[in-house]
Amino acid sequence: MSAESSDLVRIEHVTKTFHRGSEEIHVLSGLDLTVARGEFLALMGPSGSGKSTLLNLIGGLDRATSGSVIIENDRLDELDDRQLAAWRARHVGFVFQFYNLMPVLTAQKNVELPLLLTHLNRRERREHAEIALNAVGLSHRLNHFPRTLSGGEQQRVGIARAIVTDPTLLLCDEPTGDLDRKSGDEVLSLLQSLQENGKTIIMVTHDPHASARASRTVHLDKGQLSTTGPE
Amino acid sequence: MKFLSLIWSSMKRKKLRSVLTLLSIFVAFLLFGILCILKESLTGGVSATDAARLVVRHKVSFIQMLPQGYANRIKTIHGVSLVAHQTWFNGMTKTMDNASDVVVPSFPVDPEIFMKIYPELVLPASQMEAWMSTRTGAVVGKTAADKYKWRIGDHIQLTSPIWQTEAGANSWEFNIVGIYTGAKKNTDLSGFLFRYDYFEEMRGGLDKSMVGWFGVRVDDPQQADAISKRIDDEFANSPWEVKAEPEGAMVQGFIQQFGDIASIIRAVLSMVFFTILLISGNTMSQAVRERFAELGVLKAIGFPNGLVLMLVLGESCTVALLGGLTGLAMAWVFSLGGSPVPNFLPVWYMKPQDIYLGMGFALLLGLVTGAVPAIQAFRLRIAEALRRDA
Amino acid sequence: MASNWLSQLFTVALFNLRSIPARKGSALTAAVGIAGVVAVLTGVLSIAEGFRKTMTSAGSPDVAIVLRAGAENEMTSGLGRDETRLIADTPGVARGAAGPLASAELFVIISLPKRTTGTDANVPLRGVEGTAFEVRGNIRMLEGRRFESGKNEIIVGAGARREFAGLNIGQEIKVGRNVWTVVGVFTSGGGISDSEIWTDAAVLQPAYNRGPTFQSVYVRLASPEDFGIFKNGISKNPELKATARTLPDFYSSQSEMLSQFITVFGVFISVMMGLGALFGALNTMYSAVASRTREIATLRALGFPAAPVVVSVLAESIVLSLAGGVVGAAAAYWAFNGYQTSTMNFQTFSQVSFNFAVTPLLLAAAIAMAAILGLFGGLFPALRAARMPIASALRDS
Repeated sequence: MSAESSDLVRIEHVTKTFHRGSEEIHVLSGLDLTVARGEFLALMGPSGSGKSTLLNLIGGLDRATSGSVIIENDRLDELDDRQLAAWRARHVGFVFQFYNLMPVLTAQKNVELPLLLTHLNRRERREHAEIALNAVGLSHRLNHFPRTLSGGEQQRVGIARAIVTDPTLLLCDEPTGDLDRKSGDEVLSLLQSLQENGKTIIMVTHDPHASARASRTVHLDKGQLSTTGPE
Repeated sequence: MKFLSLIWSSMKRKKLRSVLTLLSIFVAFLLFGILCILKESLTGGVSATDAARLVVRHKVSFIQMLPQGYANRIKTIHGVSLVAHQTWFNGMTKTMDNASDVVVPSFPVDPEIFMKIYPELVLPASQMEAWMSTRTGAVVGKTAADKYKWRIGDHIQLTSPIWQTEAGANSWEFNIVGIYTGAKKNTDLSGFLFRYDYFEEMRGGLDKSMVGWFGVRVDDPQQADAISKRIDDEFANSPWEVKAEPEGAMVQGFIQQFGDIASIIRAVLSMVFFTILLISGNTMSQAVRERFAELGVLKAIGFPNGLVLMLVLGESCTVALLGGLTGLAMAWVFSLGGSPVPNFLPVWYMKPQDIYLGMGFALLLGLVTGAVPAIQAFRLRIAEALRRDA
Repeated sequence: MASNWLSQLFTVALFNLRSIPARKGSALTAAVGIAGVVAVLTGVLSIAEGFRKTMTSAGSPDVAIVLRAGAENEMTSGLGRDETRLIADTPGVARGAAGPLASAELFVIISLPKRTTGTDANVPLRGVEGTAFEVRGNIRMLEGRRFESGKNEIIVGAGARREFAGLNIGQEIKVGRNVWTVVGVFTSGGGISDSEIWTDAAVLQPAYNRGPTFQSVYVRLASPEDFGIFKNGISKNPELKATARTLPDFYSSQSEMLSQFITVFGVFISVMMGLGALFGALNTMYSAVASRTREIATLRALGFPAAPVVVSVLAESIVLSLAGGVVGAAAAYWAFNGYQTSTMNFQTFSQVSFNFAVTPLLLAAAIAMAAILGLFGGLFPALRAARMPIASALRDS
C-alpha cells in the first residue's frame, strides 16, 4: 500500500472563522491532521475547542475558511454543494449525540432514508435496512417508532442508518453523550466491531471511557492539536 | 414516487396542526366552489342562451304588451325563420306548507312553435301529443314539478292577480299533461307552460289579443344584430315600437341591472384566498422552521439541497391539493343536490371550467405557501441546523 | 386574597402579551385572518342593511296602500276609477282642504341608461295625483318645482338622477312617442321614492293606453290607529276586491326577498370564512402555547395555579382577534359605508338606488364575532397549556 492510500483523511492548514456580529471567532487555526484507513480516532477537547467544527469539515457539512480537506482522493473544498451532497451520500455515515431520528418514521424507515438516494428498489431498500438493523442487534425492533425505543436502541438505529450505505468513513459526534454507561458501552463495542470490519471511524467525545476504546486519541484546544494520545 | 411516504409522514407529525390547516383550506375551496355555482346561477343565464334567438319586446319596457299579430309581420322579415310569443301570466300557487302564495313563472304559449324555438326543453312525443289535444293542458319543468309535487294527470289551479277570466274569476284551471327536462345542465326547468288559445279565449279585459314578447329564431346567428335592426325599423313610428335584441344581450342586460355580481363575488373570493393563503402559509413556515434540525440531518445524510426544497414544496402542495380537492369535491356534491332556492335560482350546477380553475388555484396555493419555507430549507446550512437542536 | 389572585392573573397575562412581538409573524397572521373575515361580513351585510334601510325608512305608519286582492305588488295590481273613489271615501282616511287625502297611482317601468355602465336598466315611472305629496308627507323638492297637472312634465328622485343619465332639470326624455321634460328633483329622505320618477297620472294614462285605470291607491290615515278601521272598511266593502296594508308593512314585504337573500349569502360566507379563520387562530395559539411550553411549566413549578395560565392564553387570543376585528370593521366602514349603488329589486323588476350602510349595530356584531372567534381559538390551546405535565414540559427544548 502506498502512503497516499493508507491515509483516508488529510487535513492541511485548515482554518475556520465564524463571525458573530463584527467579532471574528477563530475556531480552527492552521490545523493539520491525518487519519489512516481503518483507524478509530477519538477527538477530545473542552467545549468550544472546535472538535465538532472539525468533524463537520471532515463530513462535508461545512466548509473551511482556508486550507484543504482531502478524503481519499476528493478535495472537499473543491466540490460544489450538489457534489458535496452526493459525496456525503456515498462516502460518509453520521452518528449524532441526540440520534436525530425522524420521529414520524419507524426504525426501519429511518434506516432506509439514505437508501432513497440510491437506485435500489423498494424491496432492496427494505432488505438492506434489515441487514443493517440486524448488524446493530435490533432486528426485533424494525417497526418501532423512535419514541418507543430506549436511548441506546435509538442510537443503534442511528448507527444502522449510518452504515446502511456501507460508507468508508463513520463520523460520530458524542455518540454516547446522552446515554447511560451500559448503553454507552454497547454502542462503543458496536463501533469497535465496525472498525474491525474495516470501517474508519472518527468520534468526537469528552468521555475518557469512550476515547479508551479508540485506537488513537487527539486533543484539541483553542483550535489546535495539543497532545496526541498513545497509539 | 419513493419520497411520497416521507412527505406523508411529515404531515402526520403534528396531526392536529395538519388537520386544522387542511380544514381551513377545505373550507376556502368549498366556499370557492359554492360561489362559482352561485355566480353561474346568477349570471350564467347568458351561457344558456341561444345565439340564433332574438327577443322582441315593447320598446319602453317589457311590461308593456304587443299585438299578437306582430308575429306574422316579424316572420316576413328577411332572415327570420320562426316566431313564438309568450306572455307573463304571474300564476300563483300555495307553497307546500300552504303558508303563502308563490309565483310560478308561467306563460301562455303556442305549443308547437314554442317548442321548436326552444329545443333545449325536452318533452316526450306522447306528452306533446297530449298537450296538443288538451285545451287546458299545461307542461311544467322538472324543477317545478318536483317542488310542487305535480304529476302528469293532476288537475291544478293557479290564480293570477293580472289576468281575470271573462267571468271575472282570478282562478284558472289546468291539467298537467307533461313534464319537460333540459337538454343542457343550465336549462331553466322552473317554468309552467300552457296553451295560448285557452288563455285568449278565457281572458277578459282590455288586453285581449295582446302578448308579452316574441322569441324569434333566425337562420344565421352571425346576422342576429342586423336582423334585430330590421325588426326595430319595421315597427318604427307604429303605435307599438319594439326593441329586438339577441337573447344573450337581453339576459346580459337584465343581469347587469342587479349590479356587478361577478365583481362582488370576485372581491369576496380574493379576500377569502388572501386570508387562507396567509393562514396556511404561516403554518407551513412554522412547520418547516420546527424541522430545521431534521432537514439538516437529511442534508448530512446526502440529500441534495434541491431535493430538500422539493420535499418541502411537495408537502405544501400535498396539503393544499388535499384540502382544495376535497373542498371542490364537496361543493360539487352540493351542486348535485340541486338549488336550495329553486324558485329564485333555478339553474344550479358547477361548471367544469370552475373545477379546473379551483384545481389550479389549489396547486398555486401549495406552491406559494411552500415557496418561502422551501427556499429557507434550500439555503439551510447543515452545521447550524444541527446545532439548533443540541 | 382576591386582589392577589387578580394581580397574579394580570402579571401572567401581561407577561404573555408582551411576548407577542417575538412571535409577530404568526400573531399578525391570526389577526389579519380575523380582520378579513370581519371585513367581508361587514361589507356584505352592509349591502343588505343599506337596501333594507332604503326600503323601509320612507314608510310612515300613517300611510296605507291599497292594491287589488291577490296582488303582491303594484305591477300586478289593477284598480278602476270607481274602485279608487270608493277607497278614498273609506272611513279612516284623513281629509284635507280638497277632500280625502288619497292618491290613485299608476306604476310603469321605463328603460334608461345607467351612468356607471351605460346599459339600459328599468326605472320606475309613477303617475300620481296632486294629493300624493300631502299623502306621503315627506317629499321635499331639492331643485326646481313640482310638475303641473296635464303637462308632460316629470320630477325625478335624487337617487334616480344620480344613477341614470339625462335626468337633470331641463333635459327631456322620450318614452314611446311622448317627450317629457324634467322640471324638478325631489327626495323622500333616502327612501324608495328617491329611485322613482313621478308625473301626473292623468297624463300617464293615455300615454300608456291605460284608459281610466290605476294600480294602487295611497292614503293618509287620520292617525296610525285608524288603520284597523280603514282595513276593515276596504275588506268588508262588497264592491271592492282589494286589500290594504300600511306602507312600512308593504315596503318591508317588497324588500324581503332581496335583503333576505343578501343576508343569507353574507352570513353563509362569513360563517365559512369564520371557520377557516378559526382553524388558523387555533393553529396560531397552539403553536404559541408550544413555543412557551418551558416558560409555562416554569411558572407552574414556581407555584402559579392553572387559572392565570389559561387566562393568559385566552387573553392573547382575544386581544389578537379583537385587534383584527377592529381593523377589519374599520376597513369595511371606510370602504363601504355610504357607497352608492343601485340594484334591481326582484319584486318590482325595477331599480332601487341605495347606499351601503355600515351601522353601529353591524360594527358591534362584527367585532363580537371577532371576539367569539378569539375565544374559541384560544380555549382549547389554553386548556392544553393548563394540563401540561410540568416535569416533562420543563425539559422541553
